[in-house]
Amino acid sequence: MARKSVSMTKLALTGNEAVAEAFRQVNPDVAAVYPITPQTELMHKFSEYVYDGKVETELIAVESEHSAMSAAVGAAAGGVRAITATSANGLALMWEVLYIASGLRLPIVMAVVNRALSGPLNIHCDHSDAMGARDSGWIQIYSENSQEAYDNALQAFRIAEHSGVLLPTMITMDGFIISHTTEVLEILDDAAAREFVGEYKPMYTLLNPEQPVTMGPLDLQDYYFEHKRQQVEGMYNAPAVIEQVAQEYAALTGRKYGFIEAYRMEDAETAVVVMGSAAGTTKDVVDTLRERGIKVGMVKLRVFRPFPHEQLAEALSHLKSVAVLDRCISFGAQGGPVYMETRSAMYGKEIPIYSYIYGLGGRDLIPSLVESAYNDLFEGTPDPKMRYLGLRE
Amino acid sequence: MSVMHKYIRSTKKFPHLWCAGCGNGIGLSALVRAIDSLGFNRNEVILISGIGCAARAPVYVDFNTLHTTHGRALAFATGIKLVKPNLHVVVIMGDGDAVAIGGNHFIHSCRRNIDITAIVFNNRIYGMTGGQCSPTTPRGEYATTVPYGNIDYAFDICNLAAGAGATFVARGTTYYARETERFIRKALEHKGFSVVEIISQCPTIYGRLNKMGGPIEMLRWLRDHAVPIEKVRQRWSGESNLLKEDLGGKFLTGIFVDREASEFVSEYYKMAARVRSETRRKTKQTRRKR
Repeated sequence: MARKSVSMTKLALTGNEAVAEAFRQVNPDVAAVYPITPQTELMHKFSEYVYDGKVETELIAVESEHSAMSAAVGAAAGGVRAITATSANGLALMWEVLYIASGLRLPIVMAVVNRALSGPLNIHCDHSDAMGARDSGWIQIYSENSQEAYDNALQAFRIAEHSGVLLPTMITMDGFIISHTTEVLEILDDAAAREFVGEYKPMYTLLNPEQPVTMGPLDLQDYYFEHKRQQVEGMYNAPAVIEQVAQEYAALTGRKYGFIEAYRMEDAETAVVVMGSAAGTTKDVVDTLRERGIKVGMVKLRVFRPFPHEQLAEALSHLKSVAVLDRCISFGAQGGPVYMETRSAMYGKEIPIYSYIYGLGGRDLIPSLVESAYNDLFEGTPDPKMRYLGLRE
Repeated sequence: MSVMHKYIRSTKKFPHLWCAGCGNGIGLSALVRAIDSLGFNRNEVILISGIGCAARAPVYVDFNTLHTTHGRALAFATGIKLVKPNLHVVVIMGDGDAVAIGGNHFIHSCRRNIDITAIVFNNRIYGMTGGQCSPTTPRGEYATTVPYGNIDYAFDICNLAAGAGATFVARGTTYYARETERFIRKALEHKGFSVVEIISQCPTIYGRLNKMGGPIEMLRWLRDHAVPIEKVRQRWSGESNLLKEDLGGKFLTGIFVDREASEFVSEYYKMAARVRSETRRKTKQTRRKR
């Protein structure tokens, strides 16, 4: 671990509280909030900071998630820092406005506390909510635990607001598994956090009489295509910014983040690719198997959009086979969304890659399930179609 | 065996998740008794709900039930009523569900006068998610998101429904459960969009935050603050059914609107029949000309 240049405080917080803490330190101008399990507690905590005068944020409790994202868009278009947070059907209800936020290049930061989409009704964790928004033009950063959720929240503002990026950014954490579990984490002191995030200087804003602009008007066959291409440019520019911000953050805190985290991969023969809290479980399984002399590793994806295809392909290129664990189903596809991206990144390499679906609707991913995926790889018995971990069939 | 026991899914869905002292069970029982007293076949009743504490109600009773998304139960119900006009379609909502996230569907269902019965359990707070301020939280009252008191004006659900065109509008309380049952029975018999608002108690959050005591104190509060509309009408001998006078923190109960008007689904089928017969006639005429 690198040297830390600032003092830190150790706190025991849930994932929701950790992100609320980051938002408190950032002191955004506007927060638009609407309750939904398991996110509710996050903005609840933040609203306490508002009412206690610990932040100068204007907080508005609106009447739906659609309104929450709309209010964030309005605020961001007015040139200020805007945040919101949601889960599952709340994110689904925001859909229309997600595209407006990214299309207008408004660097809104949103915490998504991952939860299964209805129906049938379920309030527990899977990634189908955020995965559904994967093509909406938002940067997506996933967290393994409360510490990462906090760290990602601070970094998100820098990434979103960078002039070469200007894309809304969602940071995610697994509903209940991270959001409601208390863990000890290190937080920066307020001054250091604020200095790191810095002041937001918007490039264009509404309500500026010196430089009047129009946002979002009719854009037909003449320019719409070019504007979409510019959004792609923001995504192309994002990796360098994500890397730069991570380096600065590492210099400050000693915690280094990349696009991926390679765990015991140097001499690994097979590996599992995974996102979110399941990475912690998988690391334990890797350790257990390593003790038995089995050469396995794990790759955790931190950034899903933009997809770090080069880094991932490089990390996996020396393996004999790979299993990709998805906490989401893409119905009718060849595998889960992370699997498909991974296979695409590995195009041209003769390494078999297998898709595993796990944990839908909060189904537990216990170590023996992850181990069974490794066993499949070693015994050469994986299913060329999708396989399910912990499913009764 | 009580009427309730004929209908509850006691082996599958219990224990329920409502807190001790919650008013939702009283509201649900009133609905079930009203349905039973009308002799409806349970297979011809469908209960539809969205999300929230109130929306759990259909889960616990043995009718056709559909659990949908937050605020959209009325939209789902509209689809069901159109294809199955003979079903008794009942939607159970909470205040956040009905007039915040689902407010648009609510007013348009009223305007359309579709033959659906909407029951709103109004406990004046978002209970399930931890006590956020709702559109019916009274001004000056407390919720977790308004720790210094609510500065928004509250919706009057019955006024809203009446203004938007609902043809039956009533308000009861969980204290006067028999009266509420009577309102629901009338609403179920009514042809058109009927709304029954049930002012309910949430001792766990609303009661605690507003220092209203436990469930019994809250029920007594309902008893002491419900003013029957008939009394007011007698006193002022005016026929204006929704009065604007300050009630000194009290609220009106009773049937505010009960009128006949053409109903959406019947009108729809009438129109469809008319257009089809006209089309047939035209086709025949065209053939004759040839």
